[in-house]
Amino acid sequence: MTIQAGIPTTPPRKGMTRKQRRLVVIAAAGAVLGLAAGLVAYALRDSIVFFYGPTEIVEKNLSPGTRLRLGGLVEAGSVERGPNQRVSFAVTDGKTKAVVSYTGLLPDLFREGQGVVAEGVLEAPGRFRADSVLAKHDETYMPREVADALKKQGHWQPGETKAGAPAAPASK
Amino acid sequence: MFVEIGHFALALALGVAVVQTIVPLWGVARNDPALAAVGPAAAIACFLLVALAFGCLTMSYALSDFSVENVAANSHSTQPLIYKLTAVWGNHEGSMLLWSLILVLFGALVALSRRSLPVKLRAGTLAAQGSISVAFLSFTLLTSNPFRRLVPAPGEGQDLNPILQDLGLAIHPPLLYVGYVGFSITYAFAVAALIEGKIDAVWARAVRPWTLLAWTFLTLGIAMGSYWAYYELGWGGWWFWDPVENASLMPWLAGTALIHSTVVMEKRDALKVWTILLAILTFSLSLLGTFIVRSGVLTSVHSFASDPQRGLFILGILIAFIGGSLALFAWRAPLLKQGGLFAPVSRESALVINNLFLATACATVFIGTLYPLVLEMLTGDKISVGPPFFNATFVPLLVPLLLLLPIGQTLAWKRGDLLGAAQRAQVAFGLGVITTLAIFAFVRGGPVLAPLGIGLGVFLVAGAFWEVGERVVGRAGSASAAWSRAKGLPRSAWGTALGHAGVGLSVIGIAAVAWGTEAIGMLRVGESLTSGRYTATLEAVTPRIGPNYREEAARFRIVANGAELKPVEAMKRVYTARAMPTTEAGIRTDGLGQVYVSLGEPDGSGAIAVRLHDKPLILLIWIGALVMAVGGALSLTDRRFRLAAPRRAAASAALPQAAE
Repeated sequence: MTIQAGIPTTPPRKGMTRKQRRLVVIAAAGAVLGLAAGLVAYALRDSIVFFYGPTEIVEKNLSPGTRLRLGGLVEAGSVERGPNQRVSFAVTDGKTKAVVSYTGLLPDLFREGQGVVAEGVLEAPGRFRADSVLAKHDETYMPREVADALKKQGHWQPGETKAGAPAAPASK
Repeated sequence: MFVEIGHFALALALGVAVVQTIVPLWGVARNDPALAAVGPAAAIACFLLVALAFGCLTMSYALSDFSVENVAANSHSTQPLIYKLTAVWGNHEGSMLLWSLILVLFGALVALSRRSLPVKLRAGTLAAQGSISVAFLSFTLLTSNPFRRLVPAPGEGQDLNPILQDLGLAIHPPLLYVGYVGFSITYAFAVAALIEGKIDAVWARAVRPWTLLAWTFLTLGIAMGSYWAYYELGWGGWWFWDPVENASLMPWLAGTALIHSTVVMEKRDALKVWTILLAILTFSLSLLGTFIVRSGVLTSVHSFASDPQRGLFILGILIAFIGGSLALFAWRAPLLKQGGLFAPVSRESALVINNLFLATACATVFIGTLYPLVLEMLTGDKISVGPPFFNATFVPLLVPLLLLLPIGQTLAWKRGDLLGAAQRAQVAFGLGVITTLAIFAFVRGGPVLAPLGIGLGVFLVAGAFWEVGERVVGRAGSASAAWSRAKGLPRSAWGTALGHAGVGLSVIGIAAVAWGTEAIGMLRVGESLTSGRYTATLEAVTPRIGPNYREEAARFRIVANGAELKPVEAMKRVYTARAMPTTEAGIRTDGLGQVYVSLGEPDGSGAIAVRLHDKPLILLIWIGALVMAVGGALSLTDRRFRLAAPRRAAASAALPQAAE
């Protein structure tokens, strides 16, 4: 429907003024922009995912079934591997922890004591089923969200990683 | 020694760039040709100095001079020479130096180009380009100096990030930067036109080759980056809608719109104001991309170590150049004269629709990329906008554009015949529909969108060649007449056909991704795993030692539908210097598809996790991009861009309504 609005199908009239032609262009532009605005508004409502640390999940009282990104440190000694690539580990921000279950291959830089971001669904308070665990390019890189979540709980040691510097003032 | 020379040369280049910015404009204002002529000389000197600086840094890497902080942090004596050299731009400081080198290279090319530009336009362009050089050279010198010494010097370097020790990295950033930075020239031309208050077909013809050049390299750079991520990261994905990927996609979309709108301007003297705005926006998006990558404000797999001071500096550059040029635009654009008229159904209108969709699609990517940042600033909530968002916004906007493409490209200038154009496209459309129906008939129960996407791709490829085909074969009686007609067509007509066919090929490759399959299993030697058409049998696991890594190499026998392919090797490496593991996927090309094997963790009892992908037709994604780039390069060699200015009028008269 909007596609048709995009093609000015009116037959070329000899006497069409510059103003009328401009109106046709503006109408077409309006139609496409309207379509885009609609798509964006719809997608932003349905397909964005919030990022939380384990403590925030408790504080915000999120209900099971919520889709989110969970970030924090992989608790040392918490990684358990089961059959069929099933793995579970605890993500902690130093105050609260959440147990993550995941089926699949973990990224190369997944290590105990290191930062991790998992995307998936909250099953119950403190239990999280991930469908992706994010890999990072660089072992000194700490995802900024994780750094911020740790900082909030007072477990941040500046200088621990190069990249964990506070966000650029530009973003404040 | 080298680094001191390099540092000095870079500082000197900054001084020359300041001269390049101020003197030519002053010369134009005072009507002094001698002062205006300083521009080209300064641009060439600036390039030579930055090239010297870059050469010096490269020498320090080649000699493994670990007393240089940058070398110590990103190189290692056991690293193979090729990776010592590519490490020059495998880090923040060095890559900014490469950025600056390409920037001043473009300035020097404009200064050297034989095409005779009007004096004022050349002076203004070089001055605008010079101001960008000033900004980026100061940025490099003040916040990201690659020439800093380290006292005391360490005996050994820290090695380059292993993921970057790859030939893909050797090519990806330079290609991408030539694309990104190439748009600085179109920006400089736009600013010069605004300062002069005059814009015409001469301007369009002068700008078009630079736009095509930048676009061609950007296309290659993005494709190379995508292929590199595909084989190096071991996930088998080819596009992640990562902020940094989006940062390169946005200038590409705007640049694609720009190469189409400059055609309208060149041929028909219309869309002037819009083209100027688009030229400014395209480079602004390149700058935004640099900001996103360098500041670390958005979490991305590409982030180098971020530094707030750098982010602030680049934000300053961003505001100065985008704000400044848009203010100039608002002030001067109303002075530009209106161009030619065209009917609602015409080639011009088709290209307006092209621009409309591309610009809108670009805007949705922009929103998806920056929305998390804005939301965090406003509310403190952290969100991520992933593939679902882009699939729901970007894709629906591109599909109508692609459907209209084969019709639009056959419309005549000024006033077209929609019915005739639709009739010309109907054979191509028929081929697409037949392909879709045939696939539905043979492949049962598969994803619905894949056959539709492939039909669209076939429609695009057939439609792209239909027009040139008609012009070659349509009126020619014999094969030799057709051949001479084919040779007689302007190269840009072939370039257009290839560019559009490339889009079609990529669409087919992307649609076929839906048929890909993945299987994960724990394998011991002798055991097999099946995914799609392929069965992989683990034959042996061998430990090996490379120059700067240890690895476990797993060899797989690959059988596809009873026929055996050559074996595949997948590796799990540990780079010694950083103790960092990487996965090297084993890939075997089978026709246009690939079988892709990557390794996970061993379970400790002799079995190892294996991921096996069947990726049908996946190569078409990158082949399509390659074909697009070849199309761009072919258009670039079109004779009208090679002719000197005095013959311009004759040339355009000889090519009435040449297709783009």
